[in-house]
Amino acid sequence: MKTISILLLAFIAIVIVASSAYTVKENEQIFITEFGKPVGEPINSSTDPLKSEAGLHWKKPFIQQVNRIEKRILEWDGPTTEMPTRDKLYISVDNFARWRISNPKTYFEKLRDERSALSRLDDIIGSETRNVIAAHDLIEVIRSDKNRKPVRDEVLAEASPNISVLPPIQLGRNALDQQILKAAQPKVTSWGIELLDVRFKRINYKPGVIDKIYARMASERQQIADRFRSEGAGEAAKILGRKERDLLSIESEAYRKEQEIKGKADAQATGIYASAYNSSESAADFYQFVKTLETYQKTLGKDTTTIFTSNSDLFRLFKRIETPKGP
Amino acid sequence: MKPPPIHNTFPFPRPNLNFSPKWLIIAPLGLLAVVGLFSSYYTVSPESEAVVQRFGKFQQIAPPGLHFKLPYGIDTATIVPVRRQLKLEFGFNTLGSTNEFQISTSPELERDMVTGDLNAAQVEWILQYSISSPRDYLFQVRDPGSTLRALTEAVMCEVIGDRTVDEVLTIGRTEIENESLIKLKKLLIILNMGVSAELIQLKNVHPPAPVQRSFDEVNKAQQDRETMINEANGQYNQVIPRAKGLADQRISGAEGFAVQRINEAEGNVARFKELLVQYDKAPAITKQRLYLETMNEVLPKLGSKIIIDEDAKQFLPLMNLK
Repeated sequence: MKTISILLLAFIAIVIVASSAYTVKENEQIFITEFGKPVGEPINSSTDPLKSEAGLHWKKPFIQQVNRIEKRILEWDGPTTEMPTRDKLYISVDNFARWRISNPKTYFEKLRDERSALSRLDDIIGSETRNVIAAHDLIEVIRSDKNRKPVRDEVLAEASPNISVLPPIQLGRNALDQQILKAAQPKVTSWGIELLDVRFKRINYKPGVIDKIYARMASERQQIADRFRSEGAGEAAKILGRKERDLLSIESEAYRKEQEIKGKADAQATGIYASAYNSSESAADFYQFVKTLETYQKTLGKDTTTIFTSNSDLFRLFKRIETPKGP
Repeated sequence: MKPPPIHNTFPFPRPNLNFSPKWLIIAPLGLLAVVGLFSSYYTVSPESEAVVQRFGKFQQIAPPGLHFKLPYGIDTATIVPVRRQLKLEFGFNTLGSTNEFQISTSPELERDMVTGDLNAAQVEWILQYSISSPRDYLFQVRDPGSTLRALTEAVMCEVIGDRTVDEVLTIGRTEIENESLIKLKKLLIILNMGVSAELIQLKNVHPPAPVQRSFDEVNKAQQDRETMINEANGQYNQVIPRAKGLADQRISGAEGFAVQRINEAEGNVARFKELLVQYDKAPAITKQRLYLETMNEVLPKLGSKIIIDEDAKQFLPLMNLK
């Protein structure tokens, strides 16, 4: 009987201890409610790891309840939504945000659970995103660094100056992220939520728009291709022209030189002949005589019919023997 | 019909335990001891470290090996694979990965990107990372895997959004890898989520399928251009060197002619001068001799010879001359 009562007391003690002790993990923040009403300050809600209150804690047994709320940074990943930009382009936008529960009591009272928190964030961030996107041109969402100069492929840049150019921007993506964050932040604090950042994750053209983009890209490229082909043909024509020019100049040059050389040689030969044949009267006389004989030798043949008279030097002996005086 | 009594279906004799109230204490205590024994140690594999918490409070990081801890959930040890190289894939999936976040749930959405010149490109890439601080990894961010995925995607989208399509496809690949890694590292430091990004690598990057052909066309046109120029150069090279050779040939021929002409002239002149010396000594008889010698040579070759008297003036018109 005695042992049973000891056991019973021990059991009661265990139950009381178990009901008044509780642990707080590093990743939880806690607040205590008494009959559903929050009491005291939340425990372990400081983000500074040095002020961590994790560990074993005590509370009043039975009447106080422990409410555990996530302490770590949480994720909000929005749905992909289609929306128009200021320049009337429909794009699908997917952004995400990180948030944490900064005031567990308010959070618990107003939202109860994470699902309702996420759905509020859907509404708030979603509408702020729409506002910001609608107030800016598409390029402001796409680009971020307004000073960036793109590296250009020289060959392509030469072919088309409009290609490989980044359109200028005023603000850029990060500024838009900040605008959304700044607009959404004050609206969520009343729920005990701190919004840490909002970022664009995916931005793409709406399926209906994308075909037009593809067509533009294709025509841009086609234009470069055409340009290359035309350049090739032009360059080839230039080379063929040069070929023609070089050929004619080489040939005519050769002709000119040939004639010059021959002319000089002729002149020189003529000079040589003249100086020899003109050296004296008898030389000229003799040259004429010899050349005439040479001409006979060369020009007269078996097709030649020759008529001599007996008066000629050769045949005068036909008529009389003595030689007449004088030629 | 009434079912048969149950005891009839249970033919074995009931085990006869020697039951005493002592067991009421001993049995739970024994169970407690066994549970305590099994919950008082843990092993950490070589690639991991363990984060030890006592009553939920961070206690220490335990290196690989066998360790003891306080039992009954007072101490808990969470094993974190810090030395394992982890990988995330974007825009494509490899099968058989152990990391649940490695593969993407919607690769075709991740892949499609808008470039800074408002063109479209399809980009596939990977991130290699590892857990640098197991404590921060567990306590800072609740979904480190999906957060890291989202951050990497945002960073890549931003970097691609600041590049032209040509940079993305060809000339800027390395720069994109470096730039996005730097940006991601910065974000991770701010977030302090215990993860360190080590490498971002672009995999397949290509234009969207409908415009792929146009991009190929540019390359082809570039080749065509080179071909056309090469062919023209070929024609040039076929003709011009040959023409140059022919020109040289003609000039050399002319030069040869010139030499010949002068030599001949000089030869003729020399011969003439020799003759002239002898002629000057006896001009009349030399003339006579040369004349007769020539006639000697010429006359036999002649086809028909007619010799007429100088007085027969009327004869010539009567001849039937050819």
